[in-house]
Amino acid sequence: MTYSDKVLDHFNNPRNIGSLDKSADDVGTGVVGAPECGDVMKLQIKVDDDGVITDAKFKTFGCGAAIAASSLATEWLKGRTVENAQELKNTALAEELALPPVKIHCSVLAEDAVKAAIADWKRKNGGSEAASSAEEAGEGSPDESSQRQVGLRLGRPGG
Amino acid sequence: MTVKTPIYLDNNATTPVDPRVLETMLPYFKDQFGNAASHSHSFGWKAEAAVEAAREQVAALIGATPKEIIFTSGATESDNLAIKGVAEMRRDKGDHIITCATEHKAVLDTCAYLARHGCRVTFLPTDEYGLVTPEQVAEAITDKTILITIMVANNEIGTIHPVAEIAAVAKERGVLFHTDATQAYGKIPIDVEAMGIDLLSLSAHKIYGPKGIGALYVRRKGPRVRLAIQMHGGGHERGMRSGTLNVAGIVGLAAAADICGREMPAEARRLEALRDRLHQGITAGLDHVKLNGHPTRRLPNTLNLSFGYVEGESLMMKMSDVAVSSGSACTSASLEPSFVLRALGVSDELAHGSIRFSLGRFNTPEEVGYAIARVVESVNQLRELSPLYETAQEGAAGTTEGH
Repeated sequence: MTYSDKVLDHFNNPRNIGSLDKSADDVGTGVVGAPECGDVMKLQIKVDDDGVITDAKFKTFGCGAAIAASSLATEWLKGRTVENAQELKNTALAEELALPPVKIHCSVLAEDAVKAAIADWKRKNGGSEAASSAEEAGEGSPDESSQRQVGLRLGRPGG
Repeated sequence: MTVKTPIYLDNNATTPVDPRVLETMLPYFKDQFGNAASHSHSFGWKAEAAVEAAREQVAALIGATPKEIIFTSGATESDNLAIKGVAEMRRDKGDHIITCATEHKAVLDTCAYLARHGCRVTFLPTDEYGLVTPEQVAEAITDKTILITIMVANNEIGTIHPVAEIAAVAKERGVLFHTDATQAYGKIPIDVEAMGIDLLSLSAHKIYGPKGIGALYVRRKGPRVRLAIQMHGGGHERGMRSGTLNVAGIVGLAAAADICGREMPAEARRLEALRDRLHQGITAGLDHVKLNGHPTRRLPNTLNLSFGYVEGESLMMKMSDVAVSSGSACTSASLEPSFVLRALGVSDELAHGSIRFSLGRFNTPEEVGYAIARVVESVNQLRELSPLYETAQEGAAGTTEGH
């Protein structure tokens, strides 16, 4: 498998490895994937009172692309509002990392992990209603223009 | 300790050509370029003489006679010729073939092809070490069985089947016995007479010879094995495999076989010691490491390990200056983990975390020492990243998360 320099960079120098206290109210935890499929991602966010993600951590069991996608996702999440973070699309991650077709599922898993972490945080902080709106956000209509917008937003937030 | 990287520990995939082998081959690309089938001039005679001398050397390594060696393009072609050749030739006697679940794809897919064309194929399961027993084979034989094909040693895990005992069962029931010896030829002793083998596939590029050349041993006496031709044409190789002979390749295969024959006992001991050092070094530095394959009935150069909580492709990326292969799905186009490890009952999770180390003639103790350090370091780094390892550690410690 030949990967882009971007994948190799995130793989060799993964950002934001680690764990947050999953029992804390301001922490949302998403665990997706299955060991028997060769991919498990745990992604956590810490959210302040203004709904801004102040920290993001991950741990991933999986191939190079899975590790890179989750590393990139945590980098992207930090400093964003939860509402904004919900718009993350796997296509943006896949594009940024120039993932080969057989590795697209790794970016899908990273998106799922982000959505699951947000849903967990919302459950702790606003009840199931908020969690279900997170689900909807995950199924938003991904027409090309909105994908491109999210792709553009992938740069570090606010300089 | 200076070690030149990258280090090559994937010798079951292929090997470099031994400089001694290359030296023997070179004249046959230039001055002695003749067609071995040209009987009208000295160019042809010299090529033919080289091929016949080579045939003797290739035969000698398995206790065969030269006339029983058919040169092919490699073991895949040999497997196809043996299996399809027997199935077609013996169609009036029966339609049943017995093989095993962990065979190479060259055997499995050929059998699957025949199954689509009216044959019945039994794929025997193996035990947890990858072994089939003579009893399993005996039970599977019917009055319609025409061929049993079981490899000598497995390419992924190195497990060595009890081929002589299985061949004896076949002989007793009047069934032909073929074996794919690609990984075993030149590495461990094989004698077609003592072991009762009727057909044997072999290849040059696994034993420091060139790619694109191999052979099929076809027994001529007790019984005389007849094959339906798979490659029609000019009638080369006593009609069994047409096509102008690859003289340089054949000379290279023979030189490689000759060196293996002379060096085998010492080399097998050396490789086994290196391999066991690799294994011990890794397990001394890491927990949750499982050996795949038989602990003792195994090729001296092969070590297949599963590293718990770590995925194989990312492990190979981490230790990118150590060339190995993995049973992880992420390294295959099909996204399925190794079918061989699955057949052994290895869980998919551990199959994803499997690495095959296969040592060879040019590996040194220093390289093995370097590989041990790289493996231990890389697995530790990936376990730091692994949510599964974290969960396991928490479970083991019986504590809650405290980061």
